[in-house]
Amino acid sequence: MADVGLAPFQILAAFLFACGVACFITKRNAIGLLMGVELVLNAANLNLVAAARFVPGLRIEGQVFAIIVIVLAAAEAAVALAIFLNFYNNHATVDVDAANDLKG
Amino acid sequence: MSFPVILFLIVAATTTFSALGVVLSRSVVRSAVWLLGALIGIAVCYFLLGAEFLGAAQLIVYVGGTLVLMVFGVMITNQGPFAGIHTKPVEWILGGSVASLLFAFLVTFSLRAAQPSPVSNVDTLPSAGPIGAAFLGVPDERGTAFLLPFEIVSIHLLVVLVAAAYLARAKRRPAAKVESHG
Repeated sequence: MADVGLAPFQILAAFLFACGVACFITKRNAIGLLMGVELVLNAANLNLVAAARFVPGLRIEGQVFAIIVIVLAAAEAAVALAIFLNFYNNHATVDVDAANDLKG
Repeated sequence: MSFPVILFLIVAATTTFSALGVVLSRSVVRSAVWLLGALIGIAVCYFLLGAEFLGAAQLIVYVGGTLVLMVFGVMITNQGPFAGIHTKPVEWILGGSVASLLFAFLVTFSLRAAQPSPVSNVDTLPSAGPIGAAFLGVPDERGTAFLLPFEIVSIHLLVVLVAAAYLARAKRRPAAKVESHG
């Protein structure tokens, strides 16, 4: 992997991040939004692991932070799905535009 | 081109194609399947980088856990078999332009940022043993240990999962409640 270098991994991570942000904007289904969040977190993780591989001072730290991000992403997915199920119970849809009960 | 470069190009092409599929497919179920491809591609990237433990954790937690959870969510909340909620064209234009601007910005800055020197040339990363020791507070040769983040993350995961179970518990419908009061 030494002849690939850090930059291609950063570009791949940037592309995944941009795809995740595009998911936030274009999806109206709440679970589609959640998939965008997963893409963004995975892009950050890929950056961390690539830094762990190519920067000598981050060999442990990059992986440790990546594991912490994986755990937090799992927790986020669980609680977000619980919220969406609750929302679906009350509104019978997961369209995020229907979540306007608090609108002034 | 050497073998690792070709391997990386194949994996990167698969991952980008799957990520585009997540954004562009209309049905949520198809998005979930494309997301499966993207997550597996990222796990293969971890393997290519030499982080075997992390790649295995990615496969187990994301592909085995989070994605199954998401497919269950789709199953429970979808009204019809392919009932997609349609996106307006203006949202496609907005999303595409914001995402491409962001991509251009990130690529420009990551290429312009100082690349690490010296670059580490060891093709393996510390595996599960050193990572576990760092999490348990055994300091390595540079004295870094991660006991406090480990504890914070564990308590956070416990609290969040209890809260998720509380939020998603089976509730009586309002109609049933009225009936029981009457």
